[in-house]
Amino acid sequence: MQGRMGRENKLDGNASAGTLQAIFPFEMTEVMVTCAGCGASNVIGETAAYVSGMGTIVRCPSCDRALIRIARLEGRSYLDLRGSRVLRIHADG
Amino acid sequence: MSGGFISRGFKGRRQQADVAGRLPPGQHLESGFPVLSAGPTPNTPLDQWDFVVTGSVKAPKRWNWNELLALPHETPTVDVHCVTKWSKLDTHWEGVSVDLLLREVEYDSTSVRYATAFSEGDYTTNLPLADLLGGKAWVVFGYDGQPLDPVHGGPARLLVPHLYFWKSAKWVRGLRLTEQDQPGFWESLGYHNYGDPWKEQRYSGD
Ligand SMILES: [Zn+2]
Repeated sequence: MQGRMGRENKLDGNASAGTLQAIFPFEMTEVMVTCAGCGASNVIGETAAYVSGMGTIVRCPSCDRALIRIARLEGRSYLDLRGSRVLRIHADG
Repeated sequence: MSGGFISRGFKGRRQQADVAGRLPPGQHLESGFPVLSAGPTPNTPLDQWDFVVTGSVKAPKRWNWNELLALPHETPTVDVHCVTKWSKLDTHWEGVSVDLLLREVEYDSTSVRYATAFSEGDYTTNLPLADLLGGKAWVVFGYDGQPLDPVHGGPARLLVPHLYFWKSAKWVRGLRLTEQDQPGFWESLGYHNYGDPWKEQRYSGD
């Protein structure tokens, strides 16, 4: 995998693009997400993504809270957005 | 030295048969040690580290790093099975039996039947208390004769090798004993609540 930091499976938020695209009908990496914890707003592509065989965890770059948790298991997707207070999506995308 | 050669060959075949019998269904053998993290690797200094047993207990019990290390050590050699389908055989660990830790707290064992292991950060995993007792679970701080590498959960992780490896919480900081089972980080995201590799309990509904 590219962009690997250290020996963690931590990548930048763009690494979550494929997983997100399978669920959302628009370019999620350009979506602005507001953290339910610290209130910081970041474009998803600029967050931190922990991508592994178990799932993708998108975390706030300010406080590490899990903004989006996704697991794709046997044709079902599980999506947890508890850590996202607001998603700002451009309609003209 | 044909005798030696033959005996090595025999041993090789026997080892292959052993390996086959030790791989749960759907698993393959891994010789490396893959890193799987759902969050950042913490770097809490050891003088600020502690391990606590809390929740439905008469009084929470806390050990600092030195107190934990002063407890009798065990050196389990076990096979571990990751739900992402790799298994690693004969892994060597050093740590403290969870039996020993739970002996230090008072709780009502008729009503308190579950535990949530919690880690630095937001990671949790739930399991029946019975699966932490009876010599089946450890808090480990050594791997292969070395201090446990932070990417593999150091300074200390839970080790519950009879369940899928996500139950062996990395960077563990304590156990919360509960009367109600509470799904943890992966268990609440579609993974199996119990996770027995021999029954291939990978996902909710398996
Ligand atoms: Zn935040």
